[in-house]
Amino acid sequence: MAVAEEKTSPQTAEKSWHGIVLQTLKRNDIRLVPYVPDRVLTPLIKNLHADPYFTTFATAREEEAVGIVSGAWMGGMRSAVLMQTSGFATLANVLASLAIPYQIPLIMFVSERGTLGEFNYGQSLVCRTMRPVLDSLAMEHHTATRLDEFEFIVDRSIKQALTTQAPVALILSPLLTGGKVFDK
Amino acid sequence: MSNDNPARNTKVMNRFDLTSRLIAKLKHEEAVIGGIGNTNFDLWAAGHRPQNFYMLGSMGLAFPIALGVALAQPDRRVFALEGDGSLLMQLGSLSTIATLAPKNLTMVVMDNGIYQITGAQPTPGAAVADLVAIAVASGLTHSSWAADEDDFERLIEESMSAVGPTLIGVRIDDKPGIGTTRRDPVQIRERFMHGMGVREPL
Repeated sequence: MAVAEEKTSPQTAEKSWHGIVLQTLKRNDIRLVPYVPDRVLTPLIKNLHADPYFTTFATAREEEAVGIVSGAWMGGMRSAVLMQTSGFATLANVLASLAIPYQIPLIMFVSERGTLGEFNYGQSLVCRTMRPVLDSLAMEHHTATRLDEFEFIVDRSIKQALTTQAPVALILSPLLTGGKVFDK
Repeated sequence: MSNDNPARNTKVMNRFDLTSRLIAKLKHEEAVIGGIGNTNFDLWAAGHRPQNFYMLGSMGLAFPIALGVALAQPDRRVFALEGDGSLLMQLGSLSTIATLAPKNLTMVVMDNGIYQITGAQPTPGAAVADLVAIAVASGLTHSSWAADEDDFERLIEESMSAVGPTLIGVRIDDKPGIGTTRRDPVQIRERFMHGMGVREPL
């Protein structure tokens, strides 16, 4: 099983994009990770579930996850949310009415679909709304494409979100993760 | 309208009165999350406490926000007050809460069957849906309608020593909120964090 393999070879997992996310979350004391799943995020989600350090669970909607981590932050617990591009597209209202005006350090990992080999036209369209929404709210965001820069981007972005009390979106490009390809 | 639903024999109560009864019972710096609109206006009017959090948007997220607080502080009782229209926006959160089953979370649904603040239009569920039945079916087995004010107070007290999350449905009238929350999100959040013991004032 993929999880068992990664558990027996932690070095390999640590050098993968998802291993870097998991270790960097830990280093920054981020324990609560609600998510709406995505195929690309599967190894990260599996390894988060396998690690008792984390409280990780699925939510029915992405904005529900944003509500949960906002409450957790105010209660003194650090968190991050995992989602896909189309899920991010449901968040404009909660970003503009909760995360930003209340100064919540909302840390989002967004698996990017809709580009570099997308096979579903709807996904490619919704993907085009993501950066304009982030820019219109003047939100910090980075698109991670290279493994050698990834830990720096993740670690610094988490620290900046926490210290400036501002949300950040870390977009995981198919160049980093391999993305999802047409297989059926 | 829900108040005409023949399946219900619960008394029609008042949001401000019930909120005041809840606040009067709080002796241990319990957190209270007030949903958007009238729900948090009446929480504000019932007497500001640093442990109160007032939502100024993000309709439907009172229960998820309360879940986050409950997970972060398992030793503190957390109450969440939400309207029926708001809850209809986020029914999936009931299943999430049932799965995580925090025993320190008490949810109150203020059900008047209308979007009072936008002009009293009926909600899509008003004539047909039973929110407590939906909560039970979502896995929140400790869910019940309060028959009257005394029953509400009894259910609130019971929830404080429950082994799982509790949801209490209350039928309320169509009155607007008594007060108006000061719309200062940064101060609301900062005061709440002081109230939660997470931060000291500057």
